[in-house]
Amino acid sequence: MNSQPKLRDPTAESSPVRRARLVPPPSLDGKSVALMDIGKSRGAEFIDRLEGHFKKVGVATRRYAKPTNTKVAPTALMQQIAAENQLAVIALSD
Amino acid sequence: MPDTLLPRDGLVIVAKRDCPTCVLVEPVMQSLDRAGPLAVVSQDDPTFPSGVRSVVYDDALERSFRLNIESVPTLIRFKDGREVERTVGWERKEWMRLAGDAAEGKGLPAWQPGCGSKSVEPGVHEALIARYGDPGLKSREIAVGNWDDPMEACFERGWTDGLPVVPPTDERILRMLGGTERKPDEVVGLIPPNLASCTVEKVAINAVMAGCKPEYMPVVLGVLEAALDPLFVLHGLLCTTHFSGPLVIINGPAAKAIGMNSGVNALGQGNRANATIGRALQLIVRNVGGGLPGAIDRATLGNPGKYTFCFAEDESDPDWEPLSVRRGIAPGKSAVTLFHGEGVHGFIDQRSRTPEELVRSLALGLFGVGHPKLCDAGNAVLVLSPEHYKIFKDGGWNRRRIEDELFQVLKRPGRDLIWGAQGVPEGLPPKYADQLVDKFQPMPDGVLIVRAGGEAGLFSAIIGGWPGQRVRQECQSVTREIRP
Repeated sequence: MNSQPKLRDPTAESSPVRRARLVPPPSLDGKSVALMDIGKSRGAEFIDRLEGHFKKVGVATRRYAKPTNTKVAPTALMQQIAAENQLAVIALSD
Repeated sequence: MPDTLLPRDGLVIVAKRDCPTCVLVEPVMQSLDRAGPLAVVSQDDPTFPSGVRSVVYDDALERSFRLNIESVPTLIRFKDGREVERTVGWERKEWMRLAGDAAEGKGLPAWQPGCGSKSVEPGVHEALIARYGDPGLKSREIAVGNWDDPMEACFERGWTDGLPVVPPTDERILRMLGGTERKPDEVVGLIPPNLASCTVEKVAINAVMAGCKPEYMPVVLGVLEAALDPLFVLHGLLCTTHFSGPLVIINGPAAKAIGMNSGVNALGQGNRANATIGRALQLIVRNVGGGLPGAIDRATLGNPGKYTFCFAEDESDPDWEPLSVRRGIAPGKSAVTLFHGEGVHGFIDQRSRTPEELVRSLALGLFGVGHPKLCDAGNAVLVLSPEHYKIFKDGGWNRRRIEDELFQVLKRPGRDLIWGAQGVPEGLPPKYADQLVDKFQPMPDGVLIVRAGGEAGLFSAIIGGWPGQRVRQECQSVTREIRP
């Protein structure tokens, strides 16, 4: 027996089973981009470079960092990012 | 796949210790084991029956389900891995015919009926179909990660109204479908705004999510059918900027059968049927019809009743004509009335002692629906509490009298209502200045009077309607009989 939980779709099934990704905005004008360092090595370098690129084209950025790379980001940090920005880049690099 | 724990050629007995007949035939099972080959499938105790070598403990009831056992003991004879004969309960003659002299059971009565199998107990059978059988459901499966919370998965997919829903598993859906005789693939109607086809199965899925019990299904289906009556204009109601949403009022034996609340706190929280039937309708509109707040639902403010708004009428007074009867349903029949209702507006009157006083007082409260200077901008529901109703009853006023008198006092001079009158721009056009204007449409549609509420409190409730009701030939409250 497969123990994976299984639900039945309550909708009219007019959308795909996989949830659609959010559509990227047509423009970055007036938007603020969160740059989040998840704490892995050299992630900050990647964020620094991105920050420079964004600054050149006049897009506002804000820096954030997870307290540790071994655990998911605290809810308060996620809420802060969502409240202060419209877009986010998460540095996953090693 | 063959069950290797059961003999290909021999006997299988399905039994449970909790069954007195199974206990009675324990010596027969021991005797048959000596004659062999025999396997006993025990539903509730791995040590029962004693003195039998092959006892297969069936605590998951998978074998009982696959063997299609309805009562115990059941004696089955297998040949070449296939069932060739079976008998249920204890009947010496039958057991000996199937199993020979070893099944004689000396000293036992010739016959004793068995007990129900654990595999067909209410709710269990549906769970076993979901686990081991074909549930026959047509809605697509959505897999949830092993470590994910199914309730959170429902939120993430946008299936909820903001409150947690009960995850719609096959087991729960099958139980819900057991609450109606209607076929799962029967189409109930097209749900706006997307005009998506809605089957009984989709209703059951959303009823599960809303928290309904299976016995609510006939009411939920009746509510949905009433909501889909073109006269109710569900599409317009769900996309309006106004506050209103569907208000559900249930009359008749169905309300009592499922324990709906028409008494203390009837418009409030705490009763499962009241809470979940109204919610099921909203979830169907959301999930099947695609009526999402902020998308097609453009309510400026909305109202808390858009989570759920459903109650039953108090029909305990035989002198009172129930709302459904007033609206053409035969007495004693169950019915649903749907109204385009905004929130509850409390009405206080602790000084009126005569029907004449109270009806004038109620009119003052009812004038406030929409705006005190607007007329025919939506009808109203008046929920009369027992103490207010008593004043009418003691004065000899029945429903019809209350309606007639209320209609008369719900007229106002147009000069007080026209634009600018009383220093308020809102109101009626100047052409009404010399007229006596009715606040609502003629009775009984103008004010739907319903009895409900707790015994104490000289309070009643006014529930304003939707301005869409102005076009009476196109938009009205709807009352429909509920099919069993």
